[in-house]
Amino acid sequence: MATITQPGEAEPDEISAPVPGAPPRANKLSRWQKFKRDRSLLVMVLPTIVLLIVFAYIPMLGTVTAFQQYDIYSGFRQSPWVGFYQFERLFTDPIFWHALENTLVISAVQLVLYFPIPIILALLLNTILSTRIRSFIQTIVYLPHFFSFVLVVAIFMEMLGGAGALNTFLIQHDLPTWDIMTDPGSFKYLVTVQMIWKEAGWGIIVFLAALAMIDQSLYEAAAADGAGRWRRLWHITLPGIRGVVVLMLVLRMGSALTVGFEQMLIQRQAVGRDASEVLDTFSYFYGVVANNFSYGAAAGLFKGVLSLILILAANKLAHAIGEDGLYRK
Amino acid sequence: MTVLTEPKIARRPKQRPSWEEKPTAAGQAGKATVLIATVAIILVPIYMIVMTSLSTQKSVNLAGGMVFIPQGGITTEAYRQIFDNPLILHSLWVSVWTTVVGTAFSMFVSVLCAYGLSRKGSFGHRTLLAILVITMFFSGGLIPGFLLVSALGGYGSYWSLILPGAVNVFNILILRGFFMATSEEMIEAARLDGAGEWRTLWSVVLPTSKAVLAVITLIYAMTYWGSFFNALLYLPDNGMWPLQMIIYTYTIQANPMPGSGITTIGQNLGHQQIAPLSLQMAVVTLTLVPILVVTPFMQKHFTKGVLLGAIKG
Repeated sequence: MATITQPGEAEPDEISAPVPGAPPRANKLSRWQKFKRDRSLLVMVLPTIVLLIVFAYIPMLGTVTAFQQYDIYSGFRQSPWVGFYQFERLFTDPIFWHALENTLVISAVQLVLYFPIPIILALLLNTILSTRIRSFIQTIVYLPHFFSFVLVVAIFMEMLGGAGALNTFLIQHDLPTWDIMTDPGSFKYLVTVQMIWKEAGWGIIVFLAALAMIDQSLYEAAAADGAGRWRRLWHITLPGIRGVVVLMLVLRMGSALTVGFEQMLIQRQAVGRDASEVLDTFSYFYGVVANNFSYGAAAGLFKGVLSLILILAANKLAHAIGEDGLYRK
Repeated sequence: MTVLTEPKIARRPKQRPSWEEKPTAAGQAGKATVLIATVAIILVPIYMIVMTSLSTQKSVNLAGGMVFIPQGGITTEAYRQIFDNPLILHSLWVSVWTTVVGTAFSMFVSVLCAYGLSRKGSFGHRTLLAILVITMFFSGGLIPGFLLVSALGGYGSYWSLILPGAVNVFNILILRGFFMATSEEMIEAARLDGAGEWRTLWSVVLPTSKAVLAVITLIYAMTYWGSFFNALLYLPDNGMWPLQMIIYTYTIQANPMPGSGITTIGQNLGHQQIAPLSLQMAVVTLTLVPILVVTPFMQKHFTKGVLLGAIKG
């Protein structure tokens, strides 16, 4: 039997043979004893906590500047307080509404066009029996995930841009050309296609993992009962990955107001402000670039709060339909 | 919160089970078409970029731009020129430096934190975990972060490329999930031998978590390698830029590259004439190569349900 000096919680043998009347040992330790026992663990966590306090929590406090007229020489402490003035300005600013509209439209297009693709690819890949073919395809489709948006945009430019491979081909064959990279009208589709190219392959991982966890004997039993491949897909495979699909949707909701900031920033020059202005770029250009920090911070705070509400609402919805969502209820 | 670590992967049978119906020819053909197209959409652009970077001026002219088949011969001149260019050479150095130093620092901090939070029932682990997770769902936005890093002297300083994004809570949760799955018996055995937490982490947990350590190292490294916005935000001087900024400025925005010897004919003495496009593609290729070389070896680890494990964490 373990003695009291042993660190750690109740051991397996204690669980299987509990001493009658004796509470689990972990409860015997006072908080102070636990603290002393775990101090090396706490030291390990410390660097991360410090970094998060400095680079995540202090900036969170810094959002108070959204209620100020921040002046770079006065800093947070001396800048004058202006209440909701920045938000009043924000909500009467047509450029802000336009940025919000662009964000929501691009987000919606991505939800409809992007979201199903990793699922379909994963289902397709799952039907391939040859391990070698499967891992070859996986290797290739995971690649673009590791390309930065700078690389992705550069690649798209060289392929689809005015002087890119596609238009060169069209010119050589006397066909009408289309400079997709600078067309504001189709920009929302362009960024979605870029997103698909970059992330759809990587996105299949979670679905492949979910597919691999489905009990294979279910398929055999269903087949024995005369269910064809489509019915097996409908009654076994899809319910099997439903939880993960819902989870990914919840996460997607949480980032509905985040639509590839770098992606927009990089292509702003080519496609113009009108098509590419989203909440994040608004915050950047009207906050950092224009030295109007409080105004940009107000836009940032608006986005942060709304995102939080969205993800909590989506999570509630997931629970309502009987799924785990972000955590088990 | 429940943690679901490395899911049990039910191995798919290699042979088609006897109860499964034979695939139809049309179905097979459709599947093959979709998968081949998917692979081609990714590989063809990469191939053309590499090809163009290796093309002579004549090949580029014959192709009218991006090269698929170099009909006018190939050359490594573009690479000779970019390695002669102090601006590009320095940006390569900045990228490599931030990647190596940043990844080492991030891994050190993340592994410690993940282990520190992985022992069941340890002091305050719920509170600490909450402190981590909150940052995933709420952020103060760009401006306060920018003001803070600037106030700390990060403007014009290389550390601003590393410290602000050094810890990724998501990665910590992945690591934690795997550390929690480390066999309790092995840890308990180490305890009985008198090992403290540091010893246990070093000689029991880390050696049994090599796959996930490799994956997280790769993810951190690729993030640093591809980091662009922090450089745009904090480094105003192009002499300090990493490769991504060079590509952004001189390929995407098409500004003429200083000192590349391609903008004026007079500077071409001693250099074979090379298309500016080849030069740009050589820089892009330089940035692609580490990714193309490293990630394929990691592929089999990605699939071990690494991400699912963390998401559920």
